[in-house]
Amino acid sequence: MSQSLWLIPAFPLLGAIINLVVGRRLPRAISSWLAVLTVAASFGVSALAFFNLTALPAEERVIHETLYNWIGVGSFSANVGFWLDPLSAIMILVVTGVGLLIHIYAVGYMEHDPDYARFFMAMNLFVFAMLMLVLADNYLLMFLGWEGVGVCSYLLIGFWYYRDNIAVGTDEKFLSPRSSGTKAFVVNRVGDFGFTLGIILMFWTLGTLSFDKVFAQAQTAFTVGAPVVTIMTLLLFLGATGKSAQVPLFIWLPDAMAGPTPVSALIHAATMVTAGVYMIARSHVLYELAPFTMEVVAVIGVLTAFIAATIALVQNDLKRVLAYSTVSQLGYMMFALGVGAFGAGIFHLMTHAFFKALLFLSAGAVMHAMNDMLDMRRLGGLRHIMPITFWTFLIGALALSGVPLFSGFFSKDEILTAGFATGHIGLWIVGVLVAMMTAFYVFRAVILTFGGAPRWKEGEVVTVAGEHADDAHGAKGLHPHEAKPVMWIPLVILAVLSVIGGYIGLPAVIGPNQFADFVAPVLGEHAMEIAPELEWTLIAISVAAAFIGILVALWFYVGNREIPARLARYYPWLYALLANKYWVDPIYDYLIARPGRWLANAFWIDIDGRVINGIADGLGNGFRGVGSRLRTLQSGYARGYALAMLIGIVVVIALVVMRT
Amino acid sequence: MLTVTHYTILSAILFSIGAVTVLVRRNPLIMFMGIELMLNAVNLAFVAFSRYLNNMDGQVFVFIVLTVAAAEVAVGLALVVAIFRARDNVDVDEIDLLKG
Repeated sequence: MSQSLWLIPAFPLLGAIINLVVGRRLPRAISSWLAVLTVAASFGVSALAFFNLTALPAEERVIHETLYNWIGVGSFSANVGFWLDPLSAIMILVVTGVGLLIHIYAVGYMEHDPDYARFFMAMNLFVFAMLMLVLADNYLLMFLGWEGVGVCSYLLIGFWYYRDNIAVGTDEKFLSPRSSGTKAFVVNRVGDFGFTLGIILMFWTLGTLSFDKVFAQAQTAFTVGAPVVTIMTLLLFLGATGKSAQVPLFIWLPDAMAGPTPVSALIHAATMVTAGVYMIARSHVLYELAPFTMEVVAVIGVLTAFIAATIALVQNDLKRVLAYSTVSQLGYMMFALGVGAFGAGIFHLMTHAFFKALLFLSAGAVMHAMNDMLDMRRLGGLRHIMPITFWTFLIGALALSGVPLFSGFFSKDEILTAGFATGHIGLWIVGVLVAMMTAFYVFRAVILTFGGAPRWKEGEVVTVAGEHADDAHGAKGLHPHEAKPVMWIPLVILAVLSVIGGYIGLPAVIGPNQFADFVAPVLGEHAMEIAPELEWTLIAISVAAAFIGILVALWFYVGNREIPARLARYYPWLYALLANKYWVDPIYDYLIARPGRWLANAFWIDIDGRVINGIADGLGNGFRGVGSRLRTLQSGYARGYALAMLIGIVVVIALVVMRT
Repeated sequence: MLTVTHYTILSAILFSIGAVTVLVRRNPLIMFMGIELMLNAVNLAFVAFSRYLNNMDGQVFVFIVLTVAAAEVAVGLALVVAIFRARDNVDVDEIDLLKG
């Protein structure tokens, strides 16, 4: 099995190429199941690699394969090489495993879409790029994967580029898929700018970008808290805020819901957005040398978690609730990384992948049933019609809320305990508040979508706002039904994982934390000294927060209560603040986007158009003028030539004579 | 007494007349006469210097110049005949196909 790590990203790449070149001519079944097969093969090789890795003794769990020397210029060298250690092993299992389930689901979800080849090409390409990102053995190759997932995110968000409005059955205005894709890419680019600068600084100071060399040299080259490493880690973190949707670059993720739901599940819940978290965990050696940056990471993480959770409280579109929830949970992961609990952050990454993908895929099943309508004010009563979807969504909601026995409880609790144990009491308090809000908004979603009486009618026609009721899509009335097996089987598998996935990371007072032990050789031992009584207290508090959130949601929404509406009336400013998402998008538009466009126009029309074209044209015209004047010399007039010759001879002889 | 200077000045005058003839006249035959005048002016200068320096080289060179002049006139007159046959007009000013 040696020298075979390259197969893991190679299979999806092959699938992407096949679908790109001949996909449209293949029958739908072959094109889509081919994509599934490549991810399955990748998962198989990943599992084998994982077992090979665990066969090694714990201290030596690294498999490093170099494919070839990619760039070798002067003193700079970067290889295409793969680095398998416990951290990347977990990542590849999550990416290929959850990715496989989502691909299978997508075969059913996209079965009526004419562009299936393009879809599966982009999905496979994405898996390839993500695997390159997590398996890379140097920052440059990681950056290749980093950019690659950004491109695929753009392609997949804007998959329905020909649609202008994707909101069905509601008058909410959402950004078009094409604009959403562009927004995601441009915002990510800002982050990538920081990442690039960080890499450049790294090469400038350390002379290498390979993980093993960088981490070995960093500890001798930098003192703790040195400005160089602080700036470097901050720049890398800027990249992470873009990719992992933290403040200030989180604005693209909610609009990314314009893409198909499997895309939201795969890219914007389970994998791509976790790239920033992975990168910071991978670079923990550098971050541990920059305590200031760690504080920044923790604060931004908690801030993001809080802001996103508050916005999610008042969202009406089910996918938007989940999108803001993702931003919020990523904030939790950043909080964990910022306080030094790198293992806890990755643990939450894994459990979050399970239950968030589950939630998104269930939402997709609801979309399929309700002709793409997801405004929760118009749903309701679906639990009898779609029982499998309901129960799996409920399990996901319980996991997200951190209810004990579900996976989310173990990972979230570990993060909160770490935050408290490292002295970040203020951040911990906010974290508990966010947990409460998380439980509230997700159960609000459960109740509004599945509970109560239906607020829709059988046979009702729902349309995209502005379209006529008799277009091809909306002509069918609502006939909600349970999803097909190809869609609900992955849901069930993910639900099972959302339940059992947490038991490998038990809190210290309950049992062994196998997850932390497994990643300890990579991420370091971060045993926190906490008295058992304190730990039980913290656990009790976080569990209580979850239950309070759930109970409040039940109180507000079971039965047609007026409480939320009355609250919105009593505190209109608060409701407006949250419903308008803190006006972040308009603020960015006026502060950054408009000046940027003005600057771009100035460069284009004035500088490029007038100055540079003026210089180029002027030069050309100048030469043409000189040429036309010189042309008069060629008169064809023989006597003129003779005169010129005579004059020349006279001048030359005069000069000769005068010199002697 | 006649010195070499007299002969040189005479040669220069003849040369100038020949040059101006080439420049001013339009008829190629007259222009050839001017060219011949220039060549013979030069011959005169060569012979004068040869006489006053007591060196035969000058007179030998005159032979060569005479030969060249004869050959050149032959070719030139052939050209003039050809041009006349082509366009019934030998005005030098009209031959401006190289214009532009």
